[in-house]
Amino acid sequence: MNEILVIDNVTKRFGGLIANSNISFAVERGKIIGLIGPNGAGKTTLFNCISCYYSADGGKILYEGKDITRETPDGICRMGIGQTFQIVRIFREMTVLENIMIGAFLRNPGRKKAEEKASEVAALFGFSEKLDLKASSLTISEQKRLEVARAMATGPKVLLLDEMMAGLNIHEIREAIDLVLKLRESGITLILVEHVMEGVMPIADKVVVLDDGEKIAEGTPDEVVYNDRVIQAYFGDKYHAKRRKNTA
Amino acid sequence: MKKGLVILLVFFAALVIYPFIFKNPFPRHLLIMIMLYGTMGIGWNIIGGYAGQVSFGNAAFFGVGAYTTAILLSKYGINPWIGMLLGCFFSSLVAVIVGYPCFRLRGHYFAIATIAVGEIVQILFTNWEYAGAAVGIYIPILEESFFNFQFHTTKLPYYYIVLAMLAFALLVCYAVEKSRLGYYFRAIKDDPEGARSLGINIQNYKLVAFILSAILTSVCGTFYAMYVLYIHPANTIDLWLSIHLCIIALIGGLGKIFGPVIGAFIFIPLTEFTRVYLGSEGQGIDLIIYALIIILLATLRPQGLWGIFAKSSS
Repeated sequence: MNEILVIDNVTKRFGGLIANSNISFAVERGKIIGLIGPNGAGKTTLFNCISCYYSADGGKILYEGKDITRETPDGICRMGIGQTFQIVRIFREMTVLENIMIGAFLRNPGRKKAEEKASEVAALFGFSEKLDLKASSLTISEQKRLEVARAMATGPKVLLLDEMMAGLNIHEIREAIDLVLKLRESGITLILVEHVMEGVMPIADKVVVLDDGEKIAEGTPDEVVYNDRVIQAYFGDKYHAKRRKNTA
Repeated sequence: MKKGLVILLVFFAALVIYPFIFKNPFPRHLLIMIMLYGTMGIGWNIIGGYAGQVSFGNAAFFGVGAYTTAILLSKYGINPWIGMLLGCFFSSLVAVIVGYPCFRLRGHYFAIATIAVGEIVQILFTNWEYAGAAVGIYIPILEESFFNFQFHTTKLPYYYIVLAMLAFALLVCYAVEKSRLGYYFRAIKDDPEGARSLGINIQNYKLVAFILSAILTSVCGTFYAMYVLYIHPANTIDLWLSIHLCIIALIGGLGKIFGPVIGAFIFIPLTEFTRVYLGSEGQGIDLIIYALIIILLATLRPQGLWGIFAKSSS
């Protein structure tokens, strides 16, 4: 089975507002999937449905063939889906090493083992020199990296990254891209929710575009950029009309 | 680390020798109360300090421990040591029943809910004829022995029993802090959603913290019943007791193993001396002084008194 995650007709409503309407797509093992769309498109809602912070009102989410629609966030983490948050949620009062240890404890109940595992992960993410620093003293980009490291310490097969590149400068985005590519090399499947197009377009194997709660396009980054509906969604009707006139 | 161990050993050696230097009942009683509150403070610290769930209902566990022992002994003649174990069992049960719904509440709402729980338990016991209602229960006087948990000619055995309890509580707390439990508790306190995303079932771990807290407090309830030999709802299940435990942990240092012991060493003498010297007219003066200490601490040393000791010893 090559599809590790299947989003099948997912609908999520908040009162009268339909945030996600019948969204379907599949995520192949070992690939990078970008989930993009303008503000209010429903990206974060869908992300929260996949990470089980919300449970979808309709449809199903399958992970390795198992229905996880009604699972809990901690439950899916134990099953092998890690995640990070849009606004960093590191343990601010703890040191860098302790933060990663909390993740490592999941598969290594003993403290010694967890500490070893955490040090290994820390080294991969370039934290070896900063193990004993308080997490709150890190820069924003470091904090985001720490969140990824922490999630990786739980030994996931799929990693959900929510707006990992938001608020980073160009140099830091470059670093984040390298990090994501490195993760894919190690066999992890990644789902990126991104606002920053230059962050996700060069590296995604597949892009899913949402607008107004619906999926409007799906395909390789190249296919998606020239999709009429995508251009319309991002730039509005006026630009869309102008562009059509020019090409005509 | 080594230095800390030496200080700890010296501290315990001093506690062991203390009753041989101070032979009068009052100084011994004072230390007994300090160690009793220190033990309960450690219990409070596990749920309130480590796991960050502020509980104002821990007096309920103290009451359950005291009443279980007292009822079993006075009505059925069951040995108080067995009463102690059963008290732990019932307290854990209460912790689960209360914790399961209440841990869905966040932050201050959990604290408020625990106030209600403490009050409900007190009202239940005040009106429960079988448990002596408002009059309380006199514990039948038995022959003085360790087996009977009663000593009438000297307070010395009580002193060493509570010393052992304090050592046990410190050991439990140390084991928690150094294991996955302690790390998870701190993670839950720091950021519950972050903790959840890393596979921690926060509901279950909060329950574990609450049960540990309940057991350590319940044991103290049993001790108190056997020490005072008369319990009633007002001296066992009082909101003030819960608040005192919170203050003791707060002043000593939240989430620090030794914090509540330091807190108890400051709080209890203050309470006992104002009681002795000022009588009922002085009631509350200890709390006024305490409030001042807390204000000073909050501005000068937010990590609690332990911060001072930790700094000077490192």
